[in-house]
Amino acid sequence: MNPQRRAIAFWLAVGAVGFLAIPWYALQDSIVSSAWLRNYSARDNAPALLQGLRHGRVWLLAVGAMLLIAAPLLTPGLPRRVRARGLLLIGSAGFVFLAAQGFAIGPQGWNFDLLVRIFGPLSTGQFGIGWGATLAATAFAMLFALGLAESGRFNGDAFIASSVVAIALSVAIFTFFPVGTILASAFEDGSGALSATAFFNRLFTAKIWNLGCLSGGGRCGVAWNTLLLALLCAAGCTALGLAFALIVARTSFRYKRMLRALSVLPIITPPFVIGLGLILMFGRAGLINQWLEWAFGIEPSRWIYGLPGLLLAQIFSFTPIAFLVLIGVVEGVSPSLEEAAQTLRANRWRTFVDVSLPLMRPGLANAFLISFIESIADFGNPIVLGGNFGVLATEVFFSVVGAQLDQGRAATLGLLLLFALAAFFAQRRVLGRKVYTALSGKGDAGLPTPLPKGVRRACYAVALPWAALTVAIYAMAMLGGFVEQWGRNYTPTLKHYAKAFSIEWVNHGILWSGTAWNSFWTTVELSAIAAPITAVLGILTAYILTRHRFAGRSVFEFGTMLSFAIPGTVIGISYILAFNVPPIEITGTALVLIVCNVFRNMPVGVRAGIASMAQIDKNLDEASTTLGARGMTTLRRVLLPLLKPAIVAALVYSFVRSVTTLSAIVFLVSAEYEWATTYIINRVTNGDYGVAIAYCSVLIVLMLAVMWIIQRLVGVRTLGRRSVAADAGMAQLSAT
Amino acid sequence: MKAAAIEFRRVSKLYGEVAAVRDISFTIAASTLVTLLGPSGCGKTTTLRMIAGLELPSSGSILIGGEDVTRVPAAERDVSMVFQSYALFPHMSVIENVGYGVAVAGRPKDEVSRRAKAALATVGLTGFDARLPSELSGGQQQRVAVARALVLEPAVLLFDEPLSNLDARLRRQMREEIRDLQQRLSLTVVYVTHDQSEAMAVSDRIIVMNKAAIAQEGAPRELYEQPRDVFVAGFMGDANRVRGTLAHVDAALGELSIGPLKLRLPHRGLSGEVDVAVRPEAIELASPGERGLAGTVRKAAYIGGVMEYTIGTALGDLFVVNMAVKDMGAGALMLAHVAAGRYDAFLEPHMNAWDALAGLLLVDEAGGRTLSYPGTGGLASGGPVLAAAPGIFDPLARLLQRAGAAG
Repeated sequence: MNPQRRAIAFWLAVGAVGFLAIPWYALQDSIVSSAWLRNYSARDNAPALLQGLRHGRVWLLAVGAMLLIAAPLLTPGLPRRVRARGLLLIGSAGFVFLAAQGFAIGPQGWNFDLLVRIFGPLSTGQFGIGWGATLAATAFAMLFALGLAESGRFNGDAFIASSVVAIALSVAIFTFFPVGTILASAFEDGSGALSATAFFNRLFTAKIWNLGCLSGGGRCGVAWNTLLLALLCAAGCTALGLAFALIVARTSFRYKRMLRALSVLPIITPPFVIGLGLILMFGRAGLINQWLEWAFGIEPSRWIYGLPGLLLAQIFSFTPIAFLVLIGVVEGVSPSLEEAAQTLRANRWRTFVDVSLPLMRPGLANAFLISFIESIADFGNPIVLGGNFGVLATEVFFSVVGAQLDQGRAATLGLLLLFALAAFFAQRRVLGRKVYTALSGKGDAGLPTPLPKGVRRACYAVALPWAALTVAIYAMAMLGGFVEQWGRNYTPTLKHYAKAFSIEWVNHGILWSGTAWNSFWTTVELSAIAAPITAVLGILTAYILTRHRFAGRSVFEFGTMLSFAIPGTVIGISYILAFNVPPIEITGTALVLIVCNVFRNMPVGVRAGIASMAQIDKNLDEASTTLGARGMTTLRRVLLPLLKPAIVAALVYSFVRSVTTLSAIVFLVSAEYEWATTYIINRVTNGDYGVAIAYCSVLIVLMLAVMWIIQRLVGVRTLGRRSVAADAGMAQLSAT
Repeated sequence: MKAAAIEFRRVSKLYGEVAAVRDISFTIAASTLVTLLGPSGCGKTTTLRMIAGLELPSSGSILIGGEDVTRVPAAERDVSMVFQSYALFPHMSVIENVGYGVAVAGRPKDEVSRRAKAALATVGLTGFDARLPSELSGGQQQRVAVARALVLEPAVLLFDEPLSNLDARLRRQMREEIRDLQQRLSLTVVYVTHDQSEAMAVSDRIIVMNKAAIAQEGAPRELYEQPRDVFVAGFMGDANRVRGTLAHVDAALGELSIGPLKLRLPHRGLSGEVDVAVRPEAIELASPGERGLAGTVRKAAYIGGVMEYTIGTALGDLFVVNMAVKDMGAGALMLAHVAAGRYDAFLEPHMNAWDALAGLLLVDEAGGRTLSYPGTGGLASGGPVLAAAPGIFDPLARLLQRAGAAG
């Protein structure tokens, strides 16, 4: 049997197993438990064949029929074209049928009145899909992919075709479908019918657009709040980021490395740590306020809750990101351009103003936009520090979680957030193309021109106190867990840690008696499951995007990057709306948490993959291909070994990000599956700062440890290989 | 090995609107070395990659060994390729690189290493098995790349500008080795290069490509001496381009007038205004007072074995390569003179933008007297060729004598 026919046989078998042997619908228990085996043919547990024959779900028999029809495609000697057509036809028909019946028939029978009128009422309904249906759907999708390959698309490579189809479908299901659902939901009126007026009523309510604060009466709408905060935050972050970047790139400042290290902090810390730290310093019971009261008798106020505190927290949080953008730009300004200006008799100041700064302009705009986007999408800081100052991201949350429980309103707000961000992303893409500092790969022998004195002093004056403050805030957030009660009683204690993380020995076993253990282990386990999936999907997508040209490639790229542009709150709310009902009913399970993290973090893996893939000569894979290796072999034997650092980076990053995520996960956690960050937020809202802070510091330490260990392992490995190679080389030399 | 023939039937490759290759057809006989030659962007590399299966044609069909492989993926074709960058896997040792194709095919370990060693021996690289590619010199890497391509004993072996990363001395050696290997193993080799001297040195036949199409196909000598159009003439070596008028003398011969000069050569059915290409080594130099076209040396460059001159004449500046190495400073008055009839003259109607004659540029000093030539017959085999009249070499001979006396 040649490889093509072997693949067809494999997927037909998978489909058959899904149809004949595995429970078709979602089970109450896990598939791993044996509960369903004991009651194999029951209504809930039976595979599709039995469902169709015994339980009145006759439409499922069509699935089996289609698999049977596909079997003749295995005939040897069938012309390529015929086989390709057959595969495409059966694959698409099967998948579309499965999707259609899933949406058309719900727990109460037909979902649409029209269908009832045409076909008459159904005697039985159906629930969310289980493993059987998943296998069958996968099989049809893969048969379709094999058909694509067989008809010569993707250069005839079945592995690439299957990967593209699999990734495209999962992105469609877990990104496009929820976003589509939220869109529909925004237009739904109270009775569930689609109505544009309902949408416009919700969209143009005063609560969003009110400008009362300008005339002095009342508060401004959340849209204006969000915009104002984002603009201020972006301006602040860009200025500070530039100051830091100039210091690191253009001065002989001694502690550059420390400044660079600070830029890693926001990645490894949960999004509200800054907010907590600020409360410990400037809150009513904060250090600074207490000192002011003690020294000058100034009454502590609640100014930190609201725009000023929020702005401060966001600037602290996002300056490192602006710095990372700008350091690349500042370092990318070619020194020879500045030297050219100087040989033309421009002094340092003129050189800086006329040459260096204009060259950085696209980078500055980019940093501004990124900070702007981060500020709009931020959820952690507003939830901790927002007070009465509502922004879109928190409004979305309170529409669903609070007393309002208005999904339509949440959806509308989410859409608003989405479109605002989409506009800015579009702008960023346009800007991104206009880069003056392209790395040409040519050696640039020039030396960077030192900064003019005034600029240097200004940078120091702004950046250094800020850096000190950042360190202080993080220190505060670490120390806060070790005192009795911040602001009242500074007696050192470990009781918060004990409460959260105590372990007891009870009859030969460990009892994880701390209150935080449940959420901690859930977080770590599910993140550890999500991280490799994210890395694999990300690297695979990057491989496809960089190495293969095919029709629809740009749509594919857009789809895989889309979830990066969607704020977490919107993803969260859309997942609730989309996955709370059949056919895909996974809210409240661990699966939805994993899926959410995978698709939120995948774009980062893709970007990491693309960046390092770009450094690997495309001829390497072609050489492998001409030597008879298919896509999968090439990926495994040639690319993956070379991509090891990128893979590790993607793994670490997606693990860390999924541990510290908050904005999307906050909608999806359940009593059974709680997340570390949501646990902390709950403690904060209860005023239980001690445990919250203790937990935060444990997470930060854990993240640092994970990053350090992995970095060590990877570092040692590469060194080892090189030294082995060198030894071999020495042996060669001495032998000759 | 089972060397196979390759056939392209009306193959096109489009990227959107842009044609990388447009409607080309050719046949490459088994066990020959054929070069695809052309400027960058002419479609030669795309053509090579279509043979490998790394690109699939938009239309047309490709046959290897008589079998239609148009839609067969690269991994299933019996074709190996040596890349310009060598594309050696940097994380594998020499022996792992060379054995990769065998290992991927699922052969047992001892067979992998046996065949890899044999391939390395074939290219003359032994004792480097455990090294990483980064620890080898450019020439050694090249050999590893060739060995890796040979190890599967492919029906067709492809080279994509394999010598461009080597220095000039090594380039000559490697191209001789590639030619030798091809002859020894009787391989079908398709070789892409933009260097015409490299192409002429190694090829049985050359396919010259330009603007996504085949400009001319033939043996190296045919392309140099009888280029079909001005592009091929210019690409296969230097050529001076001048304008002339052609009148028929009889069925085969025409009389070409270039300025004051007249010469007889096969007219190939053309007449009227034509463009003429003249190879720089076809122009002889003589001292003032000799017969020919008066000229002035504008530039003279000593490049070792020969002198290169730019000589200003009534026909414009002419580029001349002269074996008589003698430093003639700019400004010296010279005669650009007649060349020998080694080249088959060729002509094209002026409408075709231009077209060329590599051949006799006859120079008549006085401008009044037409030099006469004895009919056809001549030096090159096949096709009517003009032989130079006796006496035409005389000025050169005299020049050489004088040069010798002066030196």
